[in-house]
Amino acid sequence: MAPALAWLTALMVVPCGLVLALAFFRRGIYGGIEYTFTLENFGLAFDPLYAGIFLNSARIAGTATLIAVVIGYAAAYAIAAAPRRLQPVFLFFAVLPFWSNYLIRTYAWIVLLNREGLLTQLLRWFGYHGEPPSLLYTEGAVITGLVYNYLPFVILACYAPLARLNPELGEASRDLGASAMTTFRRVTLPLTLPGIAAGAVFVFVLSIGNFVTPALLGGGRFQMIGNLVYDQFLTANDWPFGAALSMALIAIMMLLLTVQAMAAERASGRARTAEGDAADG
Amino acid sequence: MAERTHAGRRPLWLVLALVYGFLYIPIAVLVALSFNEGGLPTVWSGFSLKWYGSLAANKEILSAALNTLIVALVSTAIATLLGTLLALGIEMRRRHGRALEALIFAPMIIPDIVLAIALLSFFSMLNVTMGLHTIVLAHVVFNLAFVCSVVRARLKSFDWSIVEASSDLGASAITTFRRVTLPVLLPAVIAGALLAFTLSVDEFIIAYFTAGAGRASTTLPMQIYSMIRFGITPEINALATIVMAVSIAALTLSQRLNRTVAP
Amino acid sequence: MTAPRHLWKLHAFVLGAALASAAPAAAQSLVISNWDGYMAPDAMDAFKTATGVSGELVVHATNEEIMGKLIASGGKGYDVVFVSSPFAEVLNNLGLAEPIDHAKVPNLANLYPEATTLSYDSGNTFSVPYTWGTTGLCYRSDLVAPAPTSWNDLLAPSDAIKGKTTMLATDRWLLAAGQLAKGYSVNETDPAKMAEVKDLLISAKGTLLAYDDTTFYSKLVSGEAVLVQAWDGWCNYGIGENADIKYVIPKEGSDLWLDTMVVMKASENKDAAFQFINFMLDAKNHAWAAENILYKVPNKAAMDSLQATLAEQYPNMGMPVGELVKFELLRDVGESQRDYSRIVSEIKAAQ
Repeated sequence: MAPALAWLTALMVVPCGLVLALAFFRRGIYGGIEYTFTLENFGLAFDPLYAGIFLNSARIAGTATLIAVVIGYAAAYAIAAAPRRLQPVFLFFAVLPFWSNYLIRTYAWIVLLNREGLLTQLLRWFGYHGEPPSLLYTEGAVITGLVYNYLPFVILACYAPLARLNPELGEASRDLGASAMTTFRRVTLPLTLPGIAAGAVFVFVLSIGNFVTPALLGGGRFQMIGNLVYDQFLTANDWPFGAALSMALIAIMMLLLTVQAMAAERASGRARTAEGDAADG
Repeated sequence: MAERTHAGRRPLWLVLALVYGFLYIPIAVLVALSFNEGGLPTVWSGFSLKWYGSLAANKEILSAALNTLIVALVSTAIATLLGTLLALGIEMRRRHGRALEALIFAPMIIPDIVLAIALLSFFSMLNVTMGLHTIVLAHVVFNLAFVCSVVRARLKSFDWSIVEASSDLGASAITTFRRVTLPVLLPAVIAGALLAFTLSVDEFIIAYFTAGAGRASTTLPMQIYSMIRFGITPEINALATIVMAVSIAALTLSQRLNRTVAP
Repeated sequence: MTAPRHLWKLHAFVLGAALASAAPAAAQSLVISNWDGYMAPDAMDAFKTATGVSGELVVHATNEEIMGKLIASGGKGYDVVFVSSPFAEVLNNLGLAEPIDHAKVPNLANLYPEATTLSYDSGNTFSVPYTWGTTGLCYRSDLVAPAPTSWNDLLAPSDAIKGKTTMLATDRWLLAAGQLAKGYSVNETDPAKMAEVKDLLISAKGTLLAYDDTTFYSKLVSGEAVLVQAWDGWCNYGIGENADIKYVIPKEGSDLWLDTMVVMKASENKDAAFQFINFMLDAKNHAWAAENILYKVPNKAAMDSLQATLAEQYPNMGMPVGELVKFELLRDVGESQRDYSRIVSEIKAAQ
């Protein structure tokens, strides 16, 4: 455990600590740092504009997470149920698309969702002759892009617990008379919850910091937290304010994650009891 | 998980068909565009192989692709090792502080621009020579956290009694790890490694800031993002198509080898 | 997979990576950072043939990214960077730019006199202009009638073209459209005036298709957009694909944008860097930019050598320099940069 911690401390805690400490100072006239202590950046960070952007980002990221988790879990479940020797193949093909480049995948979506794009042409082929639906540059397009790009991560995260689920538990549950749905709800789901939780965290944190998808698929019409932090550091050259925003963001996310971790612990604790009961029974 | 009965199988295959359809439709578009005569990413103007030709001659893209591969492989290897050990270390303790949890989640939460600038300033302060190795160092930071997360998820339902049984039976710690723990963890470790590799291969911001200044440390995402000012040419689509084709070929080959070798 | 074998593979990879990245450093080797495709592909080879100095071209995607990298690292590792004028100003203010030694860059004489007296760097003390141009309206003359003449044609479009317009996403130009429409300076710092600009741009957002910096000309070609805010050079790419596309500078005016070359103070090959700049200012080399990327260059010798047909096909290439420099140059706005960023955030977040 030690080497990992040492790495993280040296290469994350220290450097980020130094940059985040800048939150207590002020941006110089030309974008340098003026070393006068101030708390104004934090006050500004909680301004309604930025709070609104954060809530909006969380909403979009949350929706994407929900959709991705449902689809990803279903896919992981199906993969784990497939013949054992095919499972690595399925996983491989799940991540293969993401060894291409993010930008061209996004451009491919633009081609699909364009007003005169492939999807519209498909609709026309089926006889639809109205105004082309505006699919691109909408929130839906952004969410689709986010779900698409982070789906494989959910699949990978959910697959591990599902793959090693003891089949006897399912059999025992059915032997005891529980329906397939109940078995799933009371045995499978709780035991694989840590995987779901991990996948959900991945999608949420990756989505909320994403700034390429809202820019390209959202047509710049949506400002997400990722854009905001990026702008402060690079466009406004205001490292102190960027640092303050980041600290606020990190604090809130840490809170959410702690809550989620506690909930997961409680759920898997209950599951372990269920597992113990089923094994005894 | 035991293979399902016939009755349960069909809906599962349907799920897989739908999900993989969703995943691969844009890929089909992407591949099709690599044969686009014109250079515009969103307008089709005819069939042509010219982009594959110009790709073969494009030294910058090819060397960037090689750099990306090196960075991804090395950082994945290191991160998988460290992340797995970290996950084991944490789950083996009865209780661990909130601070430790926070530390492990931090690389995922910190906005990548912050990590990017922080590392560059830090390396600069220490007068470290920048290059591919600094990108690797940076990528391990977040890859580590993702691997750890995936492995921990598996460990939460791990039956520690078999480890105890193994040492009760006289096996050393290393043997126990090799013969008992690792085989059980293997799917999670592989999943984590795949995750780390995928993240690293397509990562731009941190790579850009922690790379040295020079062709030798330009990665593919850096090269591609820079093309955005004058338009991404279908050369990139051609490259992506080739990458996927090669990967599929490698997989097919390894499957075939496994079949001949395995009993 | 046993633990020791895993470690062995690890050692092999790390060693391989270390060897791969430890490229032998040439005695005099330049590192130039530019946008991809902004220089001739064989420029570095030609430079080596002409002067014996070898150089590497690395690429950056946006001004903001290369600036972030230079500020965070103090410019280490780079010799010459191509950045737009406001950013060159910032580099100079932060002490990262090396004063240009005019004695070592004789080709400066090729520049138009107007290019040597620009307000942000009169006398070319820390930067040398590479390309310049305007920002205006690019439109499909067959789909938009009457032809647009004002920024308000974009910001308050007629019903026929609502939802078929785009604006540039980069903040300075996004704001400039509003600033010019209201008759204000593109470097305006008065908060009251900027608030008006913000309101105008928020009301414009509702009629827009998207903010687009990179695919707007392909939208014009496909007809998905019919009127877009565009840089003159980019509009030329559209013109090249579809002859119905035209470029016009609205009556309220444009901004004058400038891409420049800057030598870094942290450079260890300053003389070679000056040689490079001198090489780029050579009439033939500089003309490459005009002929191939369809941008105007501030190099009199180069522009004079261009074929007349170029200006016929791409009218904005033939713009007289006297008219060009009438427009206001984009400057660094200092403290107000934060306010600009905030205003753009507000605009983009507005529903």
